[in-house]
Amino acid sequence: MSIFGEVPQAAPVAVFKLTADFREDQNPSKVNLGVGAYRTDECQPWVLPVVRKVEKMIADDHSLNHEYLPILGLPEFRSSASKIALGADSPAIKENRVGAVQCLGGTGALKIGAEFLRRWYNGTDNTKTPVYVSAPTWENHNAVFSNAGFEDIRPYKYWDAGKRGLDLEGFLGDLESAPDHSIFVLHACAHNPTGTDPTQDQWKQIADVMKRKSLFAFFDSAYQGFASGNLDKDAWAVRYFVSQGFELFCAQSFSKNFGLYNERVGNLTVVAEDQDNLNRVLSQMEKIVRITWSNPPSQGARLVAITLNTPELFAEWKDNVKTMADRVLLMRAQLKEKLKALGTPGTWEHITEQIGMFSFTGLNPKQVEYMVKEKHIYLMASGRINMCGLTTKNIDYVAESIHEAVTTVQ
Amino acid sequence: MALLKTSKFISSVGSLTPSLATLPIRASSWWTEVQMGPPDPILGVTEAYKRDTNSKKMNLGVGAYRDDNGKPYVLSCVRKAEALIASKAMDKEYLTIGGLGEFNKACAELALGLDSEVLKSKRSVTVQTISGTGSLRVGANFLSRFHTVAKDVYLPKPSWGNHTPIFRDAGMQLKAYRYYDPATCGFDFTGALDDISKIPEHSVIMLHACAHNPTGVDPRQEQWKELSDVIKKRNLLVFFDMAYQGFASGDIDRDAWAVRYFIEQGHNVLLSQSFAKNMGLYGERVGGFTVVCADAEEAKRVESQLKILIRPIYSNPPMNGARIASTILNTPDLRSTWLEEVKGMADRIIKMREMLVANLKKEGSTHNWQHVIDQIGMFCFTGLKPEQVERLTKEFSVYMTKDGRISVAGVTSGNVGYLAHAIHQVTK
Repeated sequence: MSIFGEVPQAAPVAVFKLTADFREDQNPSKVNLGVGAYRTDECQPWVLPVVRKVEKMIADDHSLNHEYLPILGLPEFRSSASKIALGADSPAIKENRVGAVQCLGGTGALKIGAEFLRRWYNGTDNTKTPVYVSAPTWENHNAVFSNAGFEDIRPYKYWDAGKRGLDLEGFLGDLESAPDHSIFVLHACAHNPTGTDPTQDQWKQIADVMKRKSLFAFFDSAYQGFASGNLDKDAWAVRYFVSQGFELFCAQSFSKNFGLYNERVGNLTVVAEDQDNLNRVLSQMEKIVRITWSNPPSQGARLVAITLNTPELFAEWKDNVKTMADRVLLMRAQLKEKLKALGTPGTWEHITEQIGMFSFTGLNPKQVEYMVKEKHIYLMASGRINMCGLTTKNIDYVAESIHEAVTTVQ
Repeated sequence: MALLKTSKFISSVGSLTPSLATLPIRASSWWTEVQMGPPDPILGVTEAYKRDTNSKKMNLGVGAYRDDNGKPYVLSCVRKAEALIASKAMDKEYLTIGGLGEFNKACAELALGLDSEVLKSKRSVTVQTISGTGSLRVGANFLSRFHTVAKDVYLPKPSWGNHTPIFRDAGMQLKAYRYYDPATCGFDFTGALDDISKIPEHSVIMLHACAHNPTGVDPRQEQWKELSDVIKKRNLLVFFDMAYQGFASGDIDRDAWAVRYFIEQGHNVLLSQSFAKNMGLYGERVGGFTVVCADAEEAKRVESQLKILIRPIYSNPPMNGARIASTILNTPDLRSTWLEEVKGMADRIIKMREMLVANLKKEGSTHNWQHVIDQIGMFCFTGLKPEQVERLTKEFSVYMTKDGRISVAGVTSGNVGYLAHAIHQVTK
């Protein structure tokens, strides 16, 4: 009798199952609009030219070894990554109240932040502090916070399916009715999965309520630079909150904007009131890291640190990022045009109004099923598509298929 | 633990009950009640070593291999593997949650042996993890969620310092069984058997597969056999921690003997592996976690649950180190180079042990230092007492942990004489 006899089969993670199904599909017209990774116009993964360059630099530097990094990670990575989020001239950085923990991707940064908050925020070991995530949100947010011990994870209104845009009134209403000190997970830019971001004015309104009610701002920044093509523009919300005096966390991912998906490069930026508080926070985060992964992987952090700290490489990186962002913008514009030209029912403005990798098409589950089963176009049941999966070669097929789905499937 | 420091007086707001009055922004911090975490004891040793200006100083705290010049060692098979990988210009797409398949396969084969019945019947699952720590953490989380019949994990006394907080944080309870005998600086075999024979059924028992950390004391094969018997009688769940395969004796099969023997005896074990030391891939975080199951169907169910556990921690593991390890294990001439180099590391350690004892004798020490040679792996429990350790540090700039543990990796042919001299001075 096995001790694991009762272990049930877990359902596969949806987004990875989608890619697995796509791989098995033999249909030559198949298109993968599922998982969030950038693709070139030839539908190939793209290793950024600057990354190839720095990789070679690292490989050729035989003074480098594979020794352990410190528990909190590579110092030059942590500081340069935080500068990217907050701006090199950030007053908070000048005031020595910004620190960071190098983590395993954006997920790892959320994890360490969540574990810290459960232990030390709003009392000690207070698992009852409500954690609010947007409706909808990246599907892993829930699991990260619940596995960290939080018992009360709630949605805040965000996506208005009717108008295919931000439900600001609902969002502000949920902020108002949230218990004071609740934690809010905010998408810094390029909201996943809707691609719908608050405007600067709307962010100001959000910040006002949060300040008044002492709500904790935990930013998830997975697409900085990738959304608009401009690093500073994409970081506006985070920097605004800092300027308003918030102590906050920002979980940064370099998976997309550096194309370093599998090297797991992330950074948890911590902005505290002063250096003393910062140091104590980091000391406790160190303990959490030690019992989770001991110390983070070196390759990706080295690569990012060298790039961000070398002016010519930094410029080249920004250029590479803009290349990706521009291609996405082009696909958005073209998809909208084609749908309009086809006379597809509904409004399609949201395709160009939304930002970043993803678009919430508005297709319902039946229509999505049609796309997958009949047209071999793979997208999430939510109607989310990855714009990067579109190319000049498949965009007509995709537009026509959307047209068919909308007109024939209710 | 350091006392809390507050620069401003703050009433109980925020520190005791959740739903309290609003804190004005910037007048006070959320983190006022956060205590300063205690400094890491081993890190502290290295910090103090760095500050020391004595040219003869020795750092025997570090748990990383050093060559005979005291320098970090990048294996040539690693460099070759890296060059091979670079030439392929691969993409950087996400790995699956369970990691690089070819790595997982090679990792399991390395531990279990190519001819393992477990592998042939596909009744195990191996996932790539963030080195040994990450593997233990995933294992601990898995036990906490699915091994609900028992919450106790029995560690040898002493064990690696990080074992306890990992299992505790995962929700398990920690207990111990006798292991190290300070009287002999060896294995307390009767004590271990006695304690283990009383462990409640279904409890988890942690075993160091080889090169016990921190003592360097390993059971002999006949002793392992008896341990297996009593563990089987008690119906305990075995969790092997193997962080030094190849690094201990220089022979990968010999170092995996206990793991393989237990499996043959019918224990369906949990196994954590690290490639930090045996491939020198410390900072790349390369490891594996294996569960030996009843059959292939169960292995699939367990695998699905491991993925559910991993996803909310870090989504999927880092590629670089696993790719290097996989390339080495799966490329015949790189693999043979690796086997030579890991033997080279083990041999140097063994040689340093022998030289240390020889030099102690030359110094005129009359103590029995046989345990220095009998112990195996990176670490040696010298038997030195805290006062003696303190003298070693203060008078001779020899840095080690208070428990008398030295990392033999920090000893070189150039400094072993000095070390012997220093130890003799504080023990004569």
